[in-house]
Amino acid sequence: MQRYIARRFLQSLLAIWVMSLVVFTLARFSGNPLDVMLPLEATAEDYDRVSKHWGLDKPLYTQYGIFLTRALQGDFGMSWKWPGRSAMDLVWERLPATLQLAGFALLVSVVIALPIGVLSAVKKGTPWDTAAKIIALMGQSLPGFWLGIVLMWIFAVHLGWFPTSGRGGLQYMILPAITLGWFQVAAIMRLVRSSMLEVLDSEFVKLTRIKGLAEWKVVWKHCLRNAAIAPITFFAIIAGVLMTGSVVTESVFSWPGTGLLVIDAVRARDFQVVQAVVIVFAGIFILTNLLVDILYAYLDPRIRLR
Amino acid sequence: MATVTVRTLPWYAAPRVAHAMRRVRRWPLVPLVILTFLLVIPALLAPQVAPHDPLKGSLSKRLKAPAWLEGGSIEYPLGTDKMGRDLLSRMIYGARVSLAVSAVAIFVGGAIGTTLGLMSGYFGGRIDGLIMRLVDISLSLPTILLALVLVAAVGPSFWTVITVLVVLLWARYARLVRGETLSIKERDFIARARVAGASHTRIMTKYLFPNVVNSLIVLATLQVGYVILLESALSFLGAGLPRPTPAWGLMVADGRELIVSAWWVSMFPGLAIMLTVLALNLLGDWLRDRLDPKLRNV
Repeated sequence: MQRYIARRFLQSLLAIWVMSLVVFTLARFSGNPLDVMLPLEATAEDYDRVSKHWGLDKPLYTQYGIFLTRALQGDFGMSWKWPGRSAMDLVWERLPATLQLAGFALLVSVVIALPIGVLSAVKKGTPWDTAAKIIALMGQSLPGFWLGIVLMWIFAVHLGWFPTSGRGGLQYMILPAITLGWFQVAAIMRLVRSSMLEVLDSEFVKLTRIKGLAEWKVVWKHCLRNAAIAPITFFAIIAGVLMTGSVVTESVFSWPGTGLLVIDAVRARDFQVVQAVVIVFAGIFILTNLLVDILYAYLDPRIRLR
Repeated sequence: MATVTVRTLPWYAAPRVAHAMRRVRRWPLVPLVILTFLLVIPALLAPQVAPHDPLKGSLSKRLKAPAWLEGGSIEYPLGTDKMGRDLLSRMIYGARVSLAVSAVAIFVGGAIGTTLGLMSGYFGGRIDGLIMRLVDISLSLPTILLALVLVAAVGPSFWTVITVLVVLLWARYARLVRGETLSIKERDFIARARVAGASHTRIMTKYLFPNVVNSLIVLATLQVGYVILLESALSFLGAGLPRPTPAWGLMVADGRELIVSAWWVSMFPGLAIMLTVLALNLLGDWLRDRLDPKLRNV
């Protein structure tokens, strides 16, 4: 077990390192940073001086070393688009909004997916089950950004139930959360359905029935509690997906989170900020993956041996 | 002596029709029809079917409503966008863009993945370890962010999108092909080929590859929908194809600010994406069940 965790941990570090390498290489690809920093009338000596000051005269691997040490300390340089702010500051400032939205979206998708999943397992093979299958299929096929626009059109523009964009009270969060959570509904639903089917077939469920318990109590209390284990371990994966999915949703609803920040930064070619967001997100994404794997390995010994 | 005449039933006779129907039913009709009319015909015959130029518009005709609404005309069946370009024509060319992007990305990604997967499974050992680590890493990279970094660095273009998609896609092929290769290479005909003096390259291309093609086709079909969805999301974010390419994702993005006054601009392209991806998913599921049921978990 320890060996498995150690191996997965190293693998995750490796993945983050590759990401940093990609980011660094691309940053250098995007052109000489000096051309952006210096005014047009700068002389050759100016170039020399400034490049010495920023360490750009050193060989690339030394530069990468400097970048890596700074990045490890959370220093990605100053933003170009938002002058006077460091890239990391901006990320920390926007992160709570993203986490709030992702958390709420997770809640919404569970609230939608759980009953449907249970229902389709209990009523397997009936029209209910077919309807659930169709919902799952739609979940995989609907482009999130378009769903957001459609929801906005119907519920914000026509019916006026919710505001169209921005961040405020609960009513601001509902449409973005549905948009973000929609894709997960299908995944959670199918997981709930398959594990419910397994549990419904087990001995202790028969016992509860023999005992004469009401059917709703059998299903919603005894079965669901046992069927919930598999989907729960899946949540960390979802958390990772929600983080990256927030880029699209936040851009549709102008939700002032990290996703919107990175989009604005890309448009302004503010590479420092893009770097910071990408590394932070990649870190969260990769670490949640790691946590899930470890959790799974605890629950299912077969995985450890792979 | 009575002569027995064998009369063939006419084609419209009930048993024949029933038989034909049964044959047809085995095909996933709905997805195939949707795909033909939404993706294949428009993509292949765009210049012939599109009523207008997808890039040229006239400002006097901007934001015209679809034909069945007030202010619409049959000349622009689905209305026009804010540059006065015909929406239907742009969507038809958009099918071409979607198909081109997904075909190129899946072909390149599939080729790289298959080659590496074959090598990984066939040679084993160090090569296998290295390639499989690469697969793990590439599967754990966050997609959209990778695309955003690349676009921030080099700007949006067709090849930027292809690069991002290929980086993302190859790993699944590599993993799949490696798994299949591992089991196939133990079989007798491979050993025989080796005894007969076939080179490694020859064994891989002539003996192993033909045996993994089925799985490759299934995976590729299942991925077309995913790739179309991803490409449109990237284009929507401005990290995909550059304007004024008539890409479906870009068209949805263009219509976003117009949602109050001209809902059709983003509604129809989005509908096209959804139906296409839906049909591709159905077709992929069907193919998987027919050709390769063990792929269920891929």
